[in-house]
Amino acid sequence: MSDVVTMDDLSNEEILSILEDSVRLVPVARGAVHLPLLEGKVLANMFYENSTRTRMSFETAMKRLGGSVLNFSSIGTSVAKGETLFDTMQMVEGYADIAVIRHPRQGAAQYSADAIDIPILNAGDGAGNHPTQTMLDLFTIMEAHGTIEGLNVVLVGDLRYGRTVHSLSHALIRFGAELTLVSPETLMMPDEIVNDLRASGATISESTDLVAAIPDADVIYMTRIQKERFPDEDEYAKVAGIYMLGAKDMDDAKDGMIVMHPLPRVSELHPSLDSTVNARYFQQAFNGVPTRMALLCRSLGVEVPEEVKK
Amino acid sequence: MSEMRRVTAICNGTVIDHIPAGHALQVIKMLRIDTNRSNPVSLVMNVPSDKMGRKDLLKIEDLELNQEELDRLALISPNASVAIIRNYGVAEKRVVELAEELVNVARCTFSNCITQNPREPLPQKLALYSRDPIEVRCYYCGRRQDLDDIIDNLI
Repeated sequence: MSDVVTMDDLSNEEILSILEDSVRLVPVARGAVHLPLLEGKVLANMFYENSTRTRMSFETAMKRLGGSVLNFSSIGTSVAKGETLFDTMQMVEGYADIAVIRHPRQGAAQYSADAIDIPILNAGDGAGNHPTQTMLDLFTIMEAHGTIEGLNVVLVGDLRYGRTVHSLSHALIRFGAELTLVSPETLMMPDEIVNDLRASGATISESTDLVAAIPDADVIYMTRIQKERFPDEDEYAKVAGIYMLGAKDMDDAKDGMIVMHPLPRVSELHPSLDSTVNARYFQQAFNGVPTRMALLCRSLGVEVPEEVKK
Repeated sequence: MSEMRRVTAICNGTVIDHIPAGHALQVIKMLRIDTNRSNPVSLVMNVPSDKMGRKDLLKIEDLELNQEELDRLALISPNASVAIIRNYGVAEKRVVELAEELVNVARCTFSNCITQNPREPLPQKLALYSRDPIEVRCYYCGRRQDLDDIIDNLI
């Protein structure tokens, strides 16, 4: 199958192969090398929810590889008139060679994959999965550390609702990382996910204290406390701004420790951090381009050449 | 007492034997015999059994359950014995089998699952995750259900 709905659709070997392809595609992603591998192909960007980085990096990835992009948003289209996802996807199959979908409802990507035959890449379904984000996160960690095995990765913030950390934690465990989960009590990683991770042999510790976790960390993965997930303002106020990192906090960090964030940030990363050697979140956002290029190629059955030259 | 027939033999229909004691009502619900049919049903609960200690038994008259219906039964009673009766004799024995995927058996319970829109045409699908105890997950969104949830959300 060429769909990528969850990380389970990719074996460890496939993940490593996609990451290797991504490394070779970096100069293409930067625009330094012209490599029209996907010329004549059309990508449908189906965004039923807001997105900045994911939508734009998919668009850049497709265009840098010579393909073209149809951008869809649910506002002002037939969806507003009550069209089902099934019907919309039938239309997309006629217009495009591959589709990326983000949808507020969980399961929408798998549903789309079942509804039509062209490859589907899941760009986030409700609080479910976001595997292409996981791929760029793995790429960023590998780029910094050369491996994932044995690293202590500290996941911080909204671990309850954050789909990014759910997908990522499963993938990290598959490659032998250790996880430290730091969150307020109300936003802890759901038990069923923690139990699944432990059942697959993971070493996991849970804490509410970010400062104590810094000295042993190889990666600190910060997330935004998502205001839109809280039913009332008071509950949000209790936990908003509970975790913040600035340049000073890096004094206690190991050499080579990196700070990541799926962005957008609110107050959890102080701008003073941006100029430190540890800050990796803008690089991480760029890494969405080569990894999504590699994913588009894989799903369309196009091989990335062993050598990418000018 | 154990030799005495508790309910009379049926002429035509289906006999489901070796249901775990106390679960016959769940089986009736699972097979939708309680809502969709008017066939006479005899139910025997908590009777002694050599094999199981105690067991339940169901006799459904004038209805031969099809394989899809029987496979639903496997969720509650994977070791049930099923006999199709014709003219007072056992015409066929059927084996129940727990499928890896339950299609249009029960709805997903998650309010934010894509399948909650009744106009979406693809079937409800639950994938079997654990056999003992029964746990299934929505094929689309991954939400878990145990046996009680499945019975509460039957289609």
